[in-house]
Amino acid sequence: MIKLTKLFLLILILVLSFQKSLQANNNSLLINKISKNLRCLICQGQSVYDSQSDFALSIKILIKNKIEEGKSEKQIYDYLKNQYGEWIVYDPEFNKKNLVLWIFPLILFTFGGLLIFRKVFIN
Amino acid sequence: MKKNIFYSILFLFFIFIFIVFYLGLDKPNFYTPSESKNKNFTTFTSKELFLNDEFNSNDIIENNNFTLLNVWASWCAPCRLEHSLLMDLKEKTNINIVGLNYKDKKNNAIKFLNEFGNPFVKILTDPDGTISIALGAYGVPETFLVNSKSKIVRKYIGPLKTDDILEIIKIAK
Repeated sequence: MIKLTKLFLLILILVLSFQKSLQANNNSLLINKISKNLRCLICQGQSVYDSQSDFALSIKILIKNKIEEGKSEKQIYDYLKNQYGEWIVYDPEFNKKNLVLWIFPLILFTFGGLLIFRKVFIN
Repeated sequence: MKKNIFYSILFLFFIFIFIVFYLGLDKPNFYTPSESKNKNFTTFTSKELFLNDEFNSNDIIENNNFTLLNVWASWCAPCRLEHSLLMDLKEKTNINIVGLNYKDKKNNAIKFLNEFGNPFVKILTDPDGTISIALGAYGVPETFLVNSKSKIVRKYIGPLKTDDILEIIKIAK
């Protein structure tokens, strides 16, 4: 009987520790994912993930803390956008300033398509 | 005729692109976050450098008309440059100058203050840099002028210059 409880305890400890390491692993994956989507403001041209600058290291710690607080990915992006402006994320928002940037490829695409269509089917 | 129109449009297009790039040449390509005024100052608690007691930033800010929060570190060269200006400011005015010691070793920070003088009323510490991120700072040195209602009146990125000091004196009067 004692043997059985010992075995049971051992299994319980194993399962718990495995679960904990799995969760830690998940967290670090999420930290990597978020930091890859953030621009380092000190070492411009690098992402926070790539950079080893003090700024980037601190941001990574901050992301870790926020995840542990239970904040979602979007909440973390929003928080950093509020602090540093939209520029910190690699995903530009759709607004008046960059309307041309978003629309231009579409225009080019349709225009080019029309051109090809005319060449192939009308001539 | 049709060809002519095509070529002139092409020509104009290239001129347009040339102008865009030419104007872009002079633009600085280093982004600094816009210095939005009247943003709320994020309150934080952290340890004091000398006392090792926890302090809430609100307690320090509330009781003064203006507080100058200076993010500094002993390893940061520009901080050495601006330090004499902070010492001047301390002598000339009675503005509440608070330091935030950024990612620094305690011994080095104290050595730095012994060498260059201590203009700070209190020095809070930010060992892992997360407080500075919460404040919206992105490096050292950086200085915030905060009023008693926890609004950021001015934010100076990089070392303070003499003009900045004059501006601070003017505002804090």
